[in-house]
Amino acid sequence: MASSDRLLQVHNLSVSFDTPRGEVNAVRGISFDLGREKLGIVGESGSGKSQTGRAILGLTGPGSRVTADRLEFDGINLLNADQATLRRVRGARISMIMQDPKFSLNPVMSVGRQIEEAYLVHTRANRREARERTLSMLASVQIRNPERVYDAYPHEVSGGMGQRVMIAMMMIPEPDIIIADEPTSALDVTVQLQVLAILDDMVSRRGMGLMFISHDLNLVASFCDRVLVMYAGRVVEVCEASQLHHAQHPYTRGLIGCLPSVSHPHEVLAVLDRDPEWATAPSAADP
Amino acid sequence: MIRVDNLNIHFGQGARAFAAARDISFFVESGESFGLVGESGSGKTTVLRALAGLLDGVARVSGDMVVAGERLERRRSKSFRRQVQMVFQDPYGSLHPRHTVDQILSEPARIHRMDDIQGRVLTALEEVGLDRSFRFRFPHQISGGQRQRVAVARALITQPRIILLDEPTSALDVSVQAEVLNLLVRLRRERGLTYILVSHNLAVVSHMCNRLAVMQQGRILETLEVARLRDGTPDQAYTRALLLASQGYDRAAADSVDLLDRP
Ligand SMILES: Nc1ncnc2c1ncn2[C@@H]1O[C@H](COP(=O)(O)OP(=O)(O)OP(=O)(O)O)[C@@H](O)[C@H]1O
Ligand SMILES: Nc1ncnc2c1ncn2[C@@H]1O[C@H](COP(=O)(O)OP(=O)(O)OP(=O)(O)O)[C@@H](O)[C@H]1O
Ligand SMILES: [Mg+2]
Ligand SMILES: [Mg+2]
Repeated sequence: MASSDRLLQVHNLSVSFDTPRGEVNAVRGISFDLGREKLGIVGESGSGKSQTGRAILGLTGPGSRVTADRLEFDGINLLNADQATLRRVRGARISMIMQDPKFSLNPVMSVGRQIEEAYLVHTRANRREARERTLSMLASVQIRNPERVYDAYPHEVSGGMGQRVMIAMMMIPEPDIIIADEPTSALDVTVQLQVLAILDDMVSRRGMGLMFISHDLNLVASFCDRVLVMYAGRVVEVCEASQLHHAQHPYTRGLIGCLPSVSHPHEVLAVLDRDPEWATAPSAADP
Repeated sequence: MIRVDNLNIHFGQGARAFAAARDISFFVESGESFGLVGESGSGKTTVLRALAGLLDGVARVSGDMVVAGERLERRRSKSFRRQVQMVFQDPYGSLHPRHTVDQILSEPARIHRMDDIQGRVLTALEEVGLDRSFRFRFPHQISGGQRQRVAVARALITQPRIILLDEPTSALDVSVQAEVLNLLVRLRRERGLTYILVSHNLAVVSHMCNRLAVMQQGRILETLEVARLRDGTPDQAYTRALLLASQGYDRAAADSVDLLDRP
């Protein structure tokens, strides 16, 4: 990867939490680069996908400890940058679509206003322009009635509408990197396809970098360029997305084997047989 | 077991009134699982909430709902609330943020005055594949998929006969999804449970259900056998678009779906 195409460098990143019952090691020394590409991150629940994304933005929360040999974006060391620098990076240049959209939205402000604020913070537009931009953004994420949804509060929109509000809010400042944590899990498949097309175009036309965290292996295989497979806080395999179905690691193969299918029904679904060795092997290097 | 006739649901008043469900009718046999799929915002969650009795004072609901031979009135009886459980789409919103997993799971058992609460909590955790050590964590201290499993465990605690499942596996990785689906299939067989399953994942719906309804803009477009999904022969163009879109990402398909989807 040419250095101008390397947007983010992550070397030996670890995230741990202090809990009354001892230390939880959520991420254990992982390394990867993100270019102007769609990088998928898959792996089972609790394997550290969200905490990896959060660590990049310094959002791991109280009681957490983040260490890395390198966590660098556009020449900025994100680990020891001052608050003012981090504020300029967050949202405007790197934004994150959170896994629980409704939890991340302000419950007492209409969703239209919230998207508008996200736009106003990062541009010099006036209210009227911001409102128009917000309405067109809602329409582009396939919201059927943007005017009504603009005025709705978070508890008045459906699960998938909340998710699209969050996506619109994170896309509107046109960041260099979007970290999307299960961004389409609540969308029906046709809307999902259309929303992914927008993200795809942002990568191919504007050279954005996308970290796409998802449980949907078929989707990641068809949508992303490369995939990191995480297990117990480590990266166990890195591969071309199109080769995911020919993955080598028994864990990745096991995951693929668990999928139900419309055309090939099974009475009982296969489940994973975990090997303790998966958790102790060193992290796979990102070539 | 469940019959819904001409269900209409409106949110808001006057000029802001909005019809979230229009003339919805379907039935579910005892021991069956019935799928509900369709467009985001088409009213699937709203229909489940109406059945569970959670729209009182929130929306205007008209039409008939009959569950286990009992015509539902505005207030649900205590036995109804024990027999019919709902797993919510958004586990973060439905789990009390300042209660530990242990408190969240024991509460329904306590409300319904059940015995051996500790034993039931441990069994439920085991059934959804969560380690005992999670009992003392708060919802924000566990991952998204772990929260969803707590929500499923909470629904199982009162040993209901009917479970309304709203996207029960959307936040789960595929291995835990397989475990939860196998568990749901086994419980249905062993205890004769009846499910309504809302999911965007057609593979999950076809694994779990025999019949499904497809919704768009508050209406049921068609009700069909899962076999018709397998053969790729649904009547409605929208259902066929869903089948196409569930085959994975394809930039050209995204544009063609766009044309199909908006009549
Ligand atoms: N505040 C916290 N305190 C203690 N442990 C935590 C905390 N937040 C997360 N963890 C733990 O860290 C591990 C990794 O969590 P993370 O949210 O990154 O998982 P994930 O891969 O995103 O899973 P999912 O697919 O279920 O969302 C989990 O085992 C989780 O329980
Ligand atoms: N409390 C409320 N007040 C006003 N409108 C509401 C309320 N709850 C839901 N709605 C509206 O009702 C419609 C149906 O919402 P519902 O949550 O049932 O959709 P859904 O089919 O479950 O969608 P998804 O797949 O995205 O979860 C949406 O347009 C939503 O904005
Ligand atoms: Mg997560
Ligand atoms: Mg819903």
